[in-house]
Amino acid sequence: MTEIWNGLVKAVELIISFDPEVMQIAGRSLLIAVSSAVIGSAICIPLASIIHFNKFRGKRFLVSLIQTFYSVPTVAVGLFVFVFISSAGPLGGLGILFTPPAIVVGQVILITPILLGLTISALNSVDRTILDTARSLGAGGWQMAVLVVKEARFAVMAAVIMGFGRAISEVGISLMVGGNIRGFTRVITTAISLETSKGDIELAMALGIILIIIALVVNIVMNRIQQR
Amino acid sequence: MPLIETRNLTQRRDGQTILKNINLRVERGEVYALIGPTGAGKTTLLRLIDILDTPADGKVFFNGVDVNSSDKIRLETRRRMAFVLQKPVVFNTSVYENIAYGLRWRGVDSRHIREGVEGILETVGLTMYKHRNARTLSGGEVQRVAIARAIAVRPEVLLLDEPTANLDPVSASKIEDLIAGIIKRETITVIMATHDMSQGQRLADRIGVLVNGEMVQSGDPREIFASPGNRQVAEFVGMENIIDGVVASSEGEVAAIDINGRIIEAVTEFDVGEAVSVCMRPEDITVALSRISSSARNSLDGKITWTVATGPLCRVEIDCGFPLVALVTRRSSEEMGLKKGKDVYATFKAVSIHVIRRH
Repeated sequence: MTEIWNGLVKAVELIISFDPEVMQIAGRSLLIAVSSAVIGSAICIPLASIIHFNKFRGKRFLVSLIQTFYSVPTVAVGLFVFVFISSAGPLGGLGILFTPPAIVVGQVILITPILLGLTISALNSVDRTILDTARSLGAGGWQMAVLVVKEARFAVMAAVIMGFGRAISEVGISLMVGGNIRGFTRVITTAISLETSKGDIELAMALGIILIIIALVVNIVMNRIQQR
Repeated sequence: MPLIETRNLTQRRDGQTILKNINLRVERGEVYALIGPTGAGKTTLLRLIDILDTPADGKVFFNGVDVNSSDKIRLETRRRMAFVLQKPVVFNTSVYENIAYGLRWRGVDSRHIREGVEGILETVGLTMYKHRNARTLSGGEVQRVAIARAIAVRPEVLLLDEPTANLDPVSASKIEDLIAGIIKRETITVIMATHDMSQGQRLADRIGVLVNGEMVQSGDPREIFASPGNRQVAEFVGMENIIDGVVASSEGEVAAIDINGRIIEAVTEFDVGEAVSVCMRPEDITVALSRISSSARNSLDGKITWTVATGPLCRVEIDCGFPLVALVTRRSSEEMGLKKGKDVYATFKAVSIHVIRRH
């Protein structure tokens, strides 16, 4: 018990004193997760609009399939990306294995189902009368899609934040395709895993607290958005 | 060539025909009111004209062009019209942006958008709400935004679906004045749906009566009000007395109609022996305590079965061998002591009776 208490006190000290290693790892984690959320949104919001606004065979099945992948294991995505970008893989020539871009690629794949599925749900929730009003005012296909995304902006933002939350808290992808290289690809989750196994509980706890604070902030922002 | 024309327009939903063979012609600059009870198909027809839905059968022509001939024509034609929906919704942005949307979608430059929107805001009296989120407005104000948004794009055709249906009387009256102002000021063709016969009369050049998805009568508002073509139209335009009878004899234009053994005289061209329905407005019937001598050809004795006061008027139901409803002022009713069981005379002119064929 004393060990836990001492660990907690030291962890708080590391945070308050802006320990360079803790700050560097936390900053890198945020940068990678934000990049993943931004790139994922840039791909998924237009794609969700295309799925939402078009009628095609198997649409319901596709949406069900997307929802099934909400909880895809991070190690499965890690393995998939690893196979593709390892030197023997089809994209091995890119040379991004064990670099931050590799983690971003993996995280984008991980959060795509969440972003797509929740954005489609958000667009579905827009009142049909809004669509009729826009069409009657002369909106063309893309103009209407942009309007509907704007109308659903709070729900779409909630989807993006959910995606960000999933990205920053994953460990499997960062470990498998990032390699947990100190000062380069080490992020909060991989550092916690490593430091705990090494017995450096203070550092692991400090990073754990930061991760929980980030999760808390994300949650508060989400609640605020959903109340609007 | 009419600006809007529908040919055998039919719409079905869930296996049910909700609009049957509508042939409508609306000329440029005309104000046409579609009237009919709730569920008659008015909204369905407006949605088909605005190309929001595709008809099951038949065609819609805009200036002679089939509006459903291609996606390009659909969009181009829709951009020449504007539709104010029955329950208008506003976009989750400012009043200004709501009105600007239609212009922006048409590629109008920002200077013209600003000038256009400012002018319209003044017309509809919403200048002070310019920056306010439109979702925070009251029902009447939302209706104003919807109308402003529609007229901002300077449409050739303005479609209005029950523009005052969900409003309190004061807001409804303001909106009606606004629409009347637009009709007077702009060279615009208006097709409006309303279940309010008197609103149709006040605003429209021509009226079409829709009942159960069928256009049962179309014409001048006064003509429809005075001479409904069938029982459904008669009921809708406020003919409270619709009584079945048979033409017993005919002399020139005046015929004697037998109703349950009582004879009334009416101006009609129906032949002897024809089954007809006699339509009378309650306000055309005079109630007296004794037979009065007047030019009215009909004076029937009867007994009051029910009286009910509604505002300054009193509704009196009389059994003359058939039920008859009359309207008298409350003061007259009190002076004559009209009450249940009292013997009275119901007097009405032959010309105030409208006779329709009974099916």
